[in-house]
Amino acid sequence: MSAQSPITQPRIVHVRQNILKRNDELARQLRQRFQAAGVFVVSLVSSPGSGKTAFLEKTLTLLKQQQHRPAALVGDLATDNDAARLARSQAPVKQITTGTLCHLEAAMVEKALEDWNLNELDYLFIENVGNLVCPSSYDLGENLRLVLLSVTEGEDKPLKYPTIFNSSDVAVVTKVDLAAAVEFDWNAANANIQAVRPGMPVLRVSAKTGQGMDAWLASLPGRAMMPSR
Amino acid sequence: MHELSIALGILEVTEEEADRRGGVHVDAIHVRLGPLSGVVKEALLSAWQLASEQTAFEDSRLVIEEVPIAVFCSRCQAERPVQSIQQFCCVECDTPASEVVRGRELLVSALELAE
Repeated sequence: MSAQSPITQPRIVHVRQNILKRNDELARQLRQRFQAAGVFVVSLVSSPGSGKTAFLEKTLTLLKQQQHRPAALVGDLATDNDAARLARSQAPVKQITTGTLCHLEAAMVEKALEDWNLNELDYLFIENVGNLVCPSSYDLGENLRLVLLSVTEGEDKPLKYPTIFNSSDVAVVTKVDLAAAVEFDWNAANANIQAVRPGMPVLRVSAKTGQGMDAWLASLPGRAMMPSR
Repeated sequence: MHELSIALGILEVTEEEADRRGGVHVDAIHVRLGPLSGVVKEALLSAWQLASEQTAFEDSRLVIEEVPIAVFCSRCQAERPVQSIQQFCCVECDTPASEVVRGRELLVSALELAE
């Protein structure tokens, strides 16, 4: 560049900087805050229409009945319909509208929590935007990431979206009350899940009939399922 | 499609590093990308065009190195490639393996600076 250096030679400098370091740092801080306040945080990812909101509504309602203090953040591109549905559980719920963004980031979670006192909560659920691709890259400070798969979606979803299944801790098969009607192949589904994430715990639930909900709640905060993040 | 967010992240890291070195010109940015990062190479390259437009790094090349997945195989007691992203089994002995050692990378590994 300068006239004094006649030889122009590219110089390689090693940087090794995580591209999402700002998000990861924020997620780390969130995780520390959650831990200090004694809040167990669960995030939910799935494709649109897999039953995240119904599953969450049931979860919040049952936890409230058991005298726990759950709360939820719900991410969507637009509308606050999901927050309105979840509010029926009487738990604190806040909608995060992402606009055109296809996933939640730690900064959005931090912002949404600004006027909440974490000490008043036992559980926080974060429902991500319905998307099986983008949310996999972003740590939100959660203790447990659930990936939901409804029986109506087909057994091969894990093979089509291995990254999100691999980045999740527990698979939840939803709408199991419809399994027989759609001839859901449990063996194939389980084999596919285990192929992309060997050893992954699989829960079977129906928010409609309540099937499997007790087992799910009994596993919370589920030391056995708690990943070492 | 969150590659634009990722491209903006690359811009941020590069800006920071270039500034730290006195605003040097960056010829190329080397990125390491694992299949489990959730980011697609081709989409990232197009997103980079958009993100870098009208910045100091408009003509900096993005060089993407794809890092294959490796797991720790408990049977071989060694790092091994997997059969595929759909089959997390050791290529040598077929044992299922979930301990990912490589393949989640999403980082700026190096910059090529013009002297």
